[in-house]
Amino acid sequence: MAESVVSLRGVNKSYTRGKQSVDVLQNLDLEIAKGDFCALMGPSGSGKTTLLNLIGGLDRPSGGAITVAGARLDQMSSGKLAQWRANHVGFVFQFYNLLPVLTAERNVEVPLLLTNLSKGERAKRVHIALDVVGLAERARHKPSELSGGQAQRVAIARALVADPTLLVCDEPTGDLDRKTADEILNLLQVLNRKHGKTIVMVTHDPKAADHASHVLHLDKGVLVEAQAKRVAGSAA
Amino acid sequence: MANSIQQIAAVTAMNLRSVPARLGTSMVIVVGIAGVVGVMVALFAMAEGFRSTLAGTGRADRAIVLRGGSNDELGSVVFREQAQILMDAAGVRRDADGKPLALPEIYMLTDVPKDDSPGPNNVVVRGTAADVFKLRPEARIVAGRMFQPGVREVVVGKGAAAQFPRLAVGATVDVRDGPWTIVGVFETGGDVHESELWVDQETLRLASRRNAYNSVTVQLDGDAAFQTFKDAITADPRLTLQVQREPDYYASRSKALNDLITILGYTVAVIMGIGALFGALNTMYAAVATRTVEIATLRAIGFGAAPVVLSVLIEALLLALAGSVVGGAAAYVFFNGYTVNTLNFQTFSQVAFAFRVTPGLLVQGAVWACAIGALGGLFPAVRAARLPVVEALRAA
Repeated sequence: MAESVVSLRGVNKSYTRGKQSVDVLQNLDLEIAKGDFCALMGPSGSGKTTLLNLIGGLDRPSGGAITVAGARLDQMSSGKLAQWRANHVGFVFQFYNLLPVLTAERNVEVPLLLTNLSKGERAKRVHIALDVVGLAERARHKPSELSGGQAQRVAIARALVADPTLLVCDEPTGDLDRKTADEILNLLQVLNRKHGKTIVMVTHDPKAADHASHVLHLDKGVLVEAQAKRVAGSAA
Repeated sequence: MANSIQQIAAVTAMNLRSVPARLGTSMVIVVGIAGVVGVMVALFAMAEGFRSTLAGTGRADRAIVLRGGSNDELGSVVFREQAQILMDAAGVRRDADGKPLALPEIYMLTDVPKDDSPGPNNVVVRGTAADVFKLRPEARIVAGRMFQPGVREVVVGKGAAAQFPRLAVGATVDVRDGPWTIVGVFETGGDVHESELWVDQETLRLASRRNAYNSVTVQLDGDAAFQTFKDAITADPRLTLQVQREPDYYASRSKALNDLITILGYTVAVIMGIGALFGALNTMYAAVATRTVEIATLRAIGFGAAPVVLSVLIEALLLALAGSVVGGAAAYVFFNGYTVNTLNFQTFSQVAFAFRVTPGLLVQGAVWACAIGALGGLFPAVRAARLPVVEALRAA
């Protein structure tokens, strides 16, 4: 059996709205193997982004155990969790979330500012990351000077640059046209197959999910059984 | 630690780089604080100018003698016999001829008309000696000549001449019992005497029908002479007089007005400071709101709350410091050296003085600016650090 990078046991997540408690995730069990490219699908409000946030250490569960890259995230303080994210997770957001005042290379360098790497080492890594996403020649451009696809490539380079255990992608093609979306998905596929990156991606788009090696379906906070079994079976 | 500093520097640099995109709101802090610092420094520069004009008057090796219990020369009486005893007292220096270097003086006020000021303008008239320069070597005639003994002539201090256009050489001024002719202008290094009119003491005594002086100023004979002189006066039962070193006496004359201006300065600074504080709060809340997604992204990537708090605080402080530089520079350019005259209500006389914008006042202004900036940045900084990352990312 392949080594698990993500392991969820009996995870619940509920929010309080006014006097009402809303259960978003209910008693969820999940394993994602190292080197997997896993797509999370489901209708709006099914809890897929909440699940992604829990896996990425951005949010905490109301109950249950979450182990990612060997660390129990549900037991960490917010400071430790921030440190853990810096070391283990690269985020790719739907709207790229690049810092508008920084050039592409400076944006990619941001996660490295949390390391003890020298300026020269940081520059080298930034160059490699931009090269991997095919944007080395746009290094000095600001986000406003890049197309949507180019901006998302820069965001992927930023997510990669610190060599994280896990890439967490929230609708990475949601803001792109079909052709550009395919390019981005192909890039993620290359990162997964050629560079061995474990990727968890939330998407609404079945064509995007086709690029993943496994698909999980969520509905009303629970994994749809048949699909979950398929993933568990594949990972086994 | 190095990592934390790197984080703070990185986030602060990002904040500062976005300032040009938020120039309008950022200027609220700069302009608001520039106003506070400019007004405060200008007011304190006035107090400082007034204080230094009076405190800069006199020398430590001279003493002034007044009637016991008198606060100033105007309310003091020193009888002629007492003046003679004082001049012969131990501790008073003597010149080459063996004469004591001491000067009994009459001190009174006269109203000098001013075209732009219809109210009474009391100017000090000092009845002194034609050879006053022996005792006050800092004094010198800069226009015309010195008055002659026994003649109704006046020399005008440079400050008074600048403030009262009618006090020109060749003109006349009503000192006592009719017009007196102005024959010269003197300076004393910018001290309070430059706001006075100097006339012959004996002529003034006769014209004002007085038989006593207001003060006696003596040149002390060495460092220890003040105590010797003071002891001699205290021990003599004929003398119910008090003695002070000149700088101490003149410094005490500025206290009431100085205190008033200082209280006024702080009051204005606090009121304006509260306004600037709300401006700073508003600006920094807006700055944080504008960068909600950026801050959340940095937090998601792994930046801690402390660097975010400190970066917002540092931005507020830097904007406040920029305001302080603008305000301080404006106060310096517009007010430093600006000469005015005002009523010293301890002596009821007009004193000419120049605003003094000192480095100390500029530092004080910067401290106020930093305090406003720190307070204005603190709450928005805490809000920025407490932003729920997941919710803030959803705002993208």
